[in-house]
Amino acid sequence: MAFASIYVPDFSIQAVVRSEPALRQRAVVLIEGSPPLERVVARNEAAARIGVDLGLTKSQAAQFPALEIRPRSRSAEQSTHAALLDLGWSVSPRVEDTAADSIVVDLAGLGCLFGSEETIANLLAKRASNLGLIVHIAVSSNLEVALHAAHGFPGITVIPPGKESQRLGSLPIQVFSPPAEILETLERWGVRSCEALAKLPLLELSERLGQQGVQLHQWARGASLRSMILAEPTLCFEEEMALEYAAEELEPLAFLLGRLLDQLCARLMARSLAACAFRLRFGLDTSCDHEASLANGNESLDEKKSYEKTLTLHVPMRDSKMLLKLLRLHLQSDPPSAPITHIFLAADPAPPRVTQEGLFLPSAPDPEKLELTIARLANVVGNSHVGSPSSIDSHRPDAFQMNRFLPARDAQLVCQKTIGMPRECKPVAAFRAFRPALRARVTLREGRPVHISFPTMHGEVAAASGPWRTSGEWWREDAWHREEWDVEIRQPSTSGANAMENSTSAEPQKSLYRIHYDVLSQAWFVAGMYD
Amino acid sequence: MAVNVAALRSQLETALAGRVPAPFTHRSIQTGTAPFNIPEIDTLTGGLPHGGLTEISGPSSSGRATLLVSALASRTAQTEVCGLVDGRDTFDPYSAEAAGVKLERLLWVRCRNIDQCLQATDLLLQGGGFGLIAIDLSVLPPKTVRYVPLNVWFRFRRAVENTSTILLLLDQELNAGSCASLVLRLGFEPPYWSGLEAQRAPLHSNSCACLLDGSRVHAELVRSRLKSKIGTKKFQGFARTNQTSLVTGPVASFQTKTKWSGFTKTVIETK
Repeated sequence: MAFASIYVPDFSIQAVVRSEPALRQRAVVLIEGSPPLERVVARNEAAARIGVDLGLTKSQAAQFPALEIRPRSRSAEQSTHAALLDLGWSVSPRVEDTAADSIVVDLAGLGCLFGSEETIANLLAKRASNLGLIVHIAVSSNLEVALHAAHGFPGITVIPPGKESQRLGSLPIQVFSPPAEILETLERWGVRSCEALAKLPLLELSERLGQQGVQLHQWARGASLRSMILAEPTLCFEEEMALEYAAEELEPLAFLLGRLLDQLCARLMARSLAACAFRLRFGLDTSCDHEASLANGNESLDEKKSYEKTLTLHVPMRDSKMLLKLLRLHLQSDPPSAPITHIFLAADPAPPRVTQEGLFLPSAPDPEKLELTIARLANVVGNSHVGSPSSIDSHRPDAFQMNRFLPARDAQLVCQKTIGMPRECKPVAAFRAFRPALRARVTLREGRPVHISFPTMHGEVAAASGPWRTSGEWWREDAWHREEWDVEIRQPSTSGANAMENSTSAEPQKSLYRIHYDVLSQAWFVAGMYD
Repeated sequence: MAVNVAALRSQLETALAGRVPAPFTHRSIQTGTAPFNIPEIDTLTGGLPHGGLTEISGPSSSGRATLLVSALASRTAQTEVCGLVDGRDTFDPYSAEAAGVKLERLLWVRCRNIDQCLQATDLLLQGGGFGLIAIDLSVLPPKTVRYVPLNVWFRFRRAVENTSTILLLLDQELNAGSCASLVLRLGFEPPYWSGLEAQRAPLHSNSCACLLDGSRVHAELVRSRLKSKIGTKKFQGFARTNQTSLVTGPVASFQTKTKWSGFTKTVIETK
């Protein structure tokens, strides 16, 4: 049995740097507190090298050149901790949530899946890097030894069984985070390393430092034994970002959304999942509106303080670039009403799409690309004007509904090939429906239409069939009652410029139309054309 | 002169080396054809060319939509995904379904003007993977379609080149020019009415006795780059239509039926 401990050094800093990868090579400090009493609470190694100390005020820290000062972000720390747990669950379901910056993974039984312990540690380091984290990983058969070694040694450390005390010997006793008074006592004794601590006699140590001293001694010898406290796997994928300055335009907002999507998609990928929906919530800066509303005596601002949108995906996805394009299209069509100060993005996880295309299936649009194409089309013509039509259970003329376009791939249907098959019946004459129906002026003789004129055509009726009466849904406001006619219209020849612009030739035109008399509005309309 | 031509050719090949592999080698862009599922038209044209632009033009009621739904029915029956860019939102799902179009495999984009049509077509072509993309501009005024620059059709043709997508353009007059691999011109022919004599009888006759049974679609092959393939097939001949213009290309015609024409026969037979 072996345990791998994963430790994130400078956790608060890394939580911020994770959403701003450009800061990775820079000196960064985090400040906390209410202005103007903000103080430095965390720093990275680069900041320590240039002499930045903890507890400096913001104005003092600002004196250092090339120092990046950021506010501490609790939400970013929560997201980073969730990402750290996702990293553990990506290899094993047995994970201990030891601290915000540390987890322990049980490696028992993973050898046949991933290989040796070193291979697993390398895999974890690689996945952590994909999640935007730089971690220390230590593998040992003793859980506490793994934890302390991860805190003390950078990179990957694999401690063979029996060598725990020897490997921990070189570490300073600060890795155990002892209480300040014990640390001071040990300093006075000249005990600074684990090796020196392990050599102290246990009984005398117990007499002087109590149970805490005994525990430190056990840790230093690598002899401490305890069971794992397992964390229950959760499927919560959320990322948050508080903005220092409100984002007013889509471009900078898309940049920030891209970062959050990258983080979410990396976490989803680590768990071998995809997202079937994204919930987006913006905190809005309504200070300008608030002033205006106070002037107008309007108090309904609470509703305007946040903006929520749900992006439902019909195909589970985890491609952050594609998702960003979709989010941008949705935000373009329905933009927030005020500048954005806070971004919350959550993904609803779903199993990723697994398809095995048949060799004999015709090519079809890539589902993820199709989703993007449909969103772009909806941006051009409107949501209600893109999709797949289907008939509905009604006798109402031209009644259909638009559905979301989700082409099904049915391999069995391909076998029913129609290519080359002799067609016994004639093709059905297609109809074109005018939406809305065109208003027409119809002259009747003996109850039959003999002349018709409407915006694009006028002429004699050469032949007519009708009236075909339909009516329905009399109980509704939009009831219909109409008398339909199929008419062949002979348009007299047109001449001059008008003929060149609106028709292809100056010859007499004949066309087949379906017209109807609306009994309710007592008017004639052209429903469409046979073509 | 021959030496000069050879030298010029060699010079061009050297200049284009690395960019164009074989500049003087004929490159076939068609990857095959797909049928309309109308035997007369398939015999005339050889089918719809994959990776090419097919243009069908004609006046109102000449059968453009009938050919469109027939092509859509043919492609969707093969589980291909089709896109329809509808220039004026005139597509009728009921008659399409009756013609055999699997509506669940049809992406219908209901446009309001020519700009939306061109944008939507661009997006569908970029998306890729469609078996057939139809652009129906036949209800838009010819003047509007005429103003579409030729380079747009050229761009569309290049977008489908070397793919299996069929690009079908329907309009009132020919606009795509040499960009189209197959060009068909349709003409109006008088429809079939059952009981028309009864209607034309003296007054008080029952007009319901007259019923629209269908029509005849007349097609003229204006241009085809698949001539070598269809050259061996029999056309119905070179004919003169009922219109005043003289037909210059091979022609074919076929009969259509209305949705109810078969139904009435069935009812009569049952009785």
